[in-house]
Amino acid sequence: MSKLLLKGGRVIDPSQAMDLVADVLIEDGKIAAVEKDIAAADAECRDVTGKIVCPGLVDIHCHLREPGLERKETIATGSRAAAAGGFTTVMPMPNTSPVADSPASIRYVRDRAEEAGVVRVYPIGAITKGSEGKELSEMSAMADAGAVAFSDDGRPVLSSRIMRLAMEYSHITGLPLIAHEEDLALVDDGDMNEGYVSTVLGLRGNPAAAEETMIARDIILVRLTGARLHIAHVSTAHGVEMIRGAKAEGLPVTAEVTPHHLTMTEEAVRGYDTNTKVNPPLRTAADVEALIEGLKEGVIDCVATDHAPHTVEDKVVEYHFAANGISGFETALPVLWTELVKEGRLSESELIDRMSCQPARIMGLPAGSLAVGHDADVTVIDPDTILAVDKNSFYSKGKNTPYHGRLLSGWPVMTIVGGRAVMENRVVKES
Amino acid sequence: MTKEIKSEIMDGSDIKRAVTRMAHEILEKNHGAEDLVLLGIRTRGIFLAERLKDVIRDVENAELPVGTLDITLYRDDIAVKGGIPIVGESNVPFDLNGKKVVLCDDVLYTGRTIRAALDAVFDLGRPSFVRLAVLVDRGHRELPIRADYVGKNIPTAQQETVEVRFDEHDGYDTVILKGEKY
Amino acid sequence: MAIKTKDLIDLEFLSADEITEILETARPMKEVMRRDIKTVPALRGKTVATLFYENSTRTRLSFELAAKYLSAGTCNISSSASSVQKGESLQDTGRTLDAMGTDIIVIRHNMSGAAQLLGEAVKARVINGGDGTHAHPTQALLDMFTIIERKGKIEGQTVVILGDILHSRVARSNIWGLTKLGAHVRVCGPPTLMPKDIDKMGVEVFYDIDKALDGADVVNVLRIQMERQQKGLFPSIEEYAKNYAMTEERLNRAKKDVLIQHPGPMNRTIEIPSAVADSAQCSVEEQVTNGVACRMALMYLMSGGETLV
Repeated sequence: MSKLLLKGGRVIDPSQAMDLVADVLIEDGKIAAVEKDIAAADAECRDVTGKIVCPGLVDIHCHLREPGLERKETIATGSRAAAAGGFTTVMPMPNTSPVADSPASIRYVRDRAEEAGVVRVYPIGAITKGSEGKELSEMSAMADAGAVAFSDDGRPVLSSRIMRLAMEYSHITGLPLIAHEEDLALVDDGDMNEGYVSTVLGLRGNPAAAEETMIARDIILVRLTGARLHIAHVSTAHGVEMIRGAKAEGLPVTAEVTPHHLTMTEEAVRGYDTNTKVNPPLRTAADVEALIEGLKEGVIDCVATDHAPHTVEDKVVEYHFAANGISGFETALPVLWTELVKEGRLSESELIDRMSCQPARIMGLPAGSLAVGHDADVTVIDPDTILAVDKNSFYSKGKNTPYHGRLLSGWPVMTIVGGRAVMENRVVKES
Repeated sequence: MTKEIKSEIMDGSDIKRAVTRMAHEILEKNHGAEDLVLLGIRTRGIFLAERLKDVIRDVENAELPVGTLDITLYRDDIAVKGGIPIVGESNVPFDLNGKKVVLCDDVLYTGRTIRAALDAVFDLGRPSFVRLAVLVDRGHRELPIRADYVGKNIPTAQQETVEVRFDEHDGYDTVILKGEKY
Repeated sequence: MAIKTKDLIDLEFLSADEITEILETARPMKEVMRRDIKTVPALRGKTVATLFYENSTRTRLSFELAAKYLSAGTCNISSSASSVQKGESLQDTGRTLDAMGTDIIVIRHNMSGAAQLLGEAVKARVINGGDGTHAHPTQALLDMFTIIERKGKIEGQTVVILGDILHSRVARSNIWGLTKLGAHVRVCGPPTLMPKDIDKMGVEVFYDIDKALDGADVVNVLRIQMERQQKGLFPSIEEYAKNYAMTEERLNRAKKDVLIQHPGPMNRTIEIPSAVADSAQCSVEEQVTNGVACRMALMYLMSGGETLV
């Protein structure tokens, strides 16, 4: 069968504590060997000297919008955007239309992803029917259909009782619940982080406390129920602090942070650029500092993009009316490479770990490793070439990015899924 | 190239003699000072008006009302020229209806300032007539406007400029011609 | 000189010199308003459109009269009358006005940032006539002009802004303008109506009105909206008035020459009792006159043919 040889790259695989210049041989969709000077005359060969070869990136929090919101994104376009961004595995959230709260919905997403045939797509099912926070959805049946986690993302599970029941019920599947933490009463229709900038801009403030009170509640409920909880898009320093405490206590809590919360502050909202409108909102420099620290330390387990594509019409409106979210697949890696690795905040290995090995581990996905015999999901990164972000060249339908025009390095130059190069030299191949 | 002074056309005593003569002409033509009012166009027209008033007081023992006109808001070049001219205040604290107005300005050139001043005057009232007094007429009119009382006619080239300095505003009296020297 | 930026979004983005120039230009404009013939031809041939997404007859009228006194043509689009209700985007409405040859668009909108959004979409120069709880620069200009008329200057004055600071664009714009020109600004109101970190704007925060009024030269009394109480931000109108109304008794205890301002319309039964509203110290009517003069000054200074940034 097919053989692919990646020659001369620097292989970084945190799952094996590996960092060396070596060749990677892929055979029949699996990693066959990682050694120096592999001779394989019959293999298709790629010279990746000067590049970094690592396990394919895994994104456990994205929005592919299908079914129902195809004007924003489809599973096909979203998969291609993921491949362009160096991701080999993604987990779409269920807040589609209708909400993915049934086995049929889960199968639909998997089927569509199979048709698209680009990256691996593991759907997340809704915790409650319609994500309305009232009745538990058929989590067990969805797990059978292929759901890998459950979340009402986009909305909190406001009722403490329902959240408690969901946690208890999740022991049937053993799958994690992913919590979108915000107390809507405290959010009070807020548009951005509450503080000096919201005061100056006259935008309604969404206080850090709105997120933190819910993180506190859910940690307490984990203590009560023993459920496996993953906290989505942590954005505040005190949130990090509480998760650190929960982990020290031994509670089965994990957490993620987005590239934008790691690299932007509320100051970016000045000028009312709606591309800076995200939920949770961009916070303060002190929060960013704590998030980076938490990610390095492992308190925050991983990065997740929260890729949230929107149409121009969703965004080119008054700030208050603008949809939340950033089209994040295609900038996540270079943004973090430039802002964290190049700035010396994280090592190359640490960033790859948080974008591949850790998300795979905490979601129990068969990904995030270049160990021999594993599925050959590989990302090749060009660590040095500097390119400007061009939203118009995005594969995603969503051009909503606050990074347009930014000069970044650390671009993915090859994405290999199951031994097949789905993206090469920034071009996603037709399947 | 910056413009340099070519010559002094009038010195302090020349100006004094010219203003005195103009004051006499005004009184002569109007058969006295009755109903006369002087309106100085900002900035240096005001000083000409004040000086004419002083001479007329000495000669005729009459105190003429003096008002100031700022014509900025009446200019026809606001949207054409770069920048926006600073607006000053007009101050005409008396009724113009039926009065004999003598508009005073330092230099008469294209006539556009006087056109604007006439519009400003008629927004303030309806005088029985309007005459024009200028210290210097340098020619190059772009409108059918002429002065009734002239301190001095100075033939100039269009690239040249005429600058008037008054003691009250500038610390000394002079009229100078500026242009590029070759 | 002129306003250098294409649009006038807020005083935050003007220098002290630019603000001073607007205020100085407003003086001759006020002189024009005193004449029998109140028009000057400065903006002849220009068109000023007022685009009002919020009902405010007095502000719209003030802008329209200002334009008319400068001989500009005017037209008005208000939310009840046009495409606004048909769901057309702000940008599309703006571009339509552009295509029709409008030189200046005055926008009033209940969403913060709307003026900036419009400014970025159109070629016409945009004047912010009040956007959400963000900014209301012309109100601040007229308040400042009135202070100068009454007090001679802004610098060194202690100005108290009193009431619902959280929802007040008037407060924000006044804070920028007043602090730039050297006034000491105090804000006073219930803690639930005080925006977070407002002290970082260079103001002192008071919850106690009597302490705030101590030594004040100017008090700008903001209008309290009934719906704030319905939303639970304070328990009752009565309690609000007890703690934060500019009463006659408080006026008597303040400096003798204290100047009382109000952006209008006044709630005579709540924040500003008639005895204070009708007192000689209150400048409400002058503020209305000065509003036209300041808006004339701004439109004049924004009508040059200069290449704009």
